[in-house]
Amino acid sequence: MDNKNTKKPSFLFIGRSDEPILSKKNRKLLTDPLDDNNPITVQVLGICSALAITVQLKPAVVMTMSVIFVMACSNVIISVLRNLIPNRIRIIVFLVVISSLVALVDQFLKAYAYDVSKELSIFIGLIVTNCIVMGRLEAFALGNGVWKSFLDGIGNAIGYGIILIIVAFFRELFGAGTLWGIQVIPDFIYEEYGYVNNGFMLLSPMALITVGLIIWIQRSRNRTLIEEN
Amino acid sequence: MLEQYLNLFVKSIFIENMVFAYFLGMCSYLAISKTLKNGVGMGFAVIFVLTITVPLNYLIFEYLLSDGALAWIGPEYAELDLSFLSLIMFIAVIASMVQLVEMIVEKFSPALYGSLGIFLPLIAVNCAILGGSLFMQIKDFSGVSEAAVYGFGSGVGWFLAIVGIAAIREKIAYSNIPAPLRGLGITFIITGLMAIGFMSFMGIKL
Repeated sequence: MDNKNTKKPSFLFIGRSDEPILSKKNRKLLTDPLDDNNPITVQVLGICSALAITVQLKPAVVMTMSVIFVMACSNVIISVLRNLIPNRIRIIVFLVVISSLVALVDQFLKAYAYDVSKELSIFIGLIVTNCIVMGRLEAFALGNGVWKSFLDGIGNAIGYGIILIIVAFFRELFGAGTLWGIQVIPDFIYEEYGYVNNGFMLLSPMALITVGLIIWIQRSRNRTLIEEN
Repeated sequence: MLEQYLNLFVKSIFIENMVFAYFLGMCSYLAISKTLKNGVGMGFAVIFVLTITVPLNYLIFEYLLSDGALAWIGPEYAELDLSFLSLIMFIAVIASMVQLVEMIVEKFSPALYGSLGIFLPLIAVNCAILGGSLFMQIKDFSGVSEAAVYGFGSGVGWFLAIVGIAAIREKIAYSNIPAPLRGLGITFIITGLMAIGFMSFMGIKL
């Protein structure tokens, strides 16, 4: 049998039909943003929402899931349309695609998870201007195939989510002594050892300082990321 | 009446500071604060655009989108609630206003365009701008002038924040900071300390 006929003539793999679905390169797209190229600590994208909603673990997880959904879908849509979008109006096209997806998430949360949606208030809406979505569309989806863009979207959204969840974990644990709303520090520690929750962790400045410390730890582990000045 | 505006103004600058209390516009705040000159340019651009878009979006929300807002067309439209469209409308207004402002400034004041020009396109995706409009929707202002004061005040608050951090970063270039903390890390920690400073304004009421 002719070797060429065995290739999958698939819509997703235009130009690279012989590349396996999870080749080494594709896996790198997924894992790179988790640490070496993390959107928050290295690319400095999407900071605003990362800081504001990390008082508790639950909204942070909901936010992560919303961002994963929005990024995966918008990356795929823009990547499908990438040859049709005129360069001059691409920002508006991005905004339209992203804001329709975000409106979808917003309405969904209002219908099925009203408490969380109240807590997140305007920050779901602010995914529209979350530079992480826009930045990846501009930097990646506009020049790459559908499957790769999908992986890049998922990878970056998870990289963003990891930082969100780490910050939320520490802030909720030290600030309120709870995780996911359930008390984890037992009562006797409060009563017998005089332990007091550090309410300061719940206030906004500590989110900034926690992220600063995470950056410090990450960069002292991975020296290539250190900035000149 | 004037007292009420003043109160709102001071509150939006210091107590509900966009950067320190809500972390809005952090991305451009971190990216453009390397030198004081750029920080000032970006700060003015944000004041400018916020002052225009917040009242404009207030009018659009109040007379087109909110629950029963279309009653002025006719009684049959009185039950329409288009507020689910507000996000898309706001971002469309902001993106087109930024484009419009850029063209107007370019035509009438080339000097101002020279200093603001490169920052204006960045503003369309600055979350402080969209955040201003979304907060306006939550806060339920009683009139367009109140929304305008709120927009202007938030802009001034953002301006103060970016000018402050830019000045500190220019100085800190001469300090001996642990290598992994240089750049982004120390900026985050300084912003945290500045936020603690701004918290002391809490509870001020005129």
